[in-house]
Amino acid sequence: MSDAPEWLKHAKQHMNLTPYLAGISGEIMDIGTPARARVPYSEKLIGDPETGVVHGGVITGLLDHTSGLAVMVKLREPMPIATLDLRIDYMRPAKPHQDIIAECECVRVTHEVAFVRGTAHQGDANDPIALCTGAFMIIRGGVHGIPVTPA
Amino acid sequence: MIDYRTADPKKLMEAIPYCRHLGIVAAVEGGSLLLTMPFAQHLIGNPVLPALHGGVIGSLLETAAIAQVIFETRGARLPKPVDITVDYLRSGRAVDSYARARIARQGKRVVNVHAEMWQEDEAKPVANLRGHFLIS
Repeated sequence: MSDAPEWLKHAKQHMNLTPYLAGISGEIMDIGTPARARVPYSEKLIGDPETGVVHGGVITGLLDHTSGLAVMVKLREPMPIATLDLRIDYMRPAKPHQDIIAECECVRVTHEVAFVRGTAHQGDANDPIALCTGAFMIIRGGVHGIPVTPA
Repeated sequence: MIDYRTADPKKLMEAIPYCRHLGIVAAVEGGSLLLTMPFAQHLIGNPVLPALHGGVIGSLLETAAIAQVIFETRGARLPKPVDITVDYLRSGRAVDSYARARIARQGKRVVNVHAEMWQEDEAKPVANLRGHFLIS
């Protein structure tokens, strides 16, 4: 469902250029509810050289990024957000040679804090690799980092 | 093949592709490991501030936890993360980062680990992690 606010509609290209995300060849798929992003399997993501399983940090990174995006979807105007905390439960190792997809939803926005739930999976959301719970600070009146005009 | 029972922490970091990607290096300092992640452009999550990506911070902390568990428990296999919680205390700036971890409790199958990351001043941590890891 694309329920993204107008200001965020041009942000996809810019956000795909985030150096960390670009460095792991990740990309945003949907700016909506849920927000979705993926990272294709590649050698540089491996955390266990014997099995080829990706490092848990890749999953944390993708879930953090997608959680932040899910918060932005719920904001009527651009404003900076900051991760307060993020909990990741690793359900099973990610299978090598398959994309990792993160799907996150902001379940509640208060004046200062937003709460997110998310899942990382490899195509079947009912067979998750990881679940996440995050809280984000909303910095009202702060300087936003995302350009709101077309790239 | 890496023998985790004898692996040198420095070589271990070099053998893990994702740690190489992030530029993480390890050194033994006293009884624990000190991980260093020199600043690099591809670690940025917010180019305007600029600030390190939260995922990079989480990755460094999780790596510190895993490396410390390997270093202390010397099991045959890589510790498997069960769950982690990362608290972000300050924005990670575009400078070098450091991390250290300690085992809070070691059981037969599971260890509870605390890790901390800082930049210029160890007394001003940027983030910390608590997590459980399976060992064998």
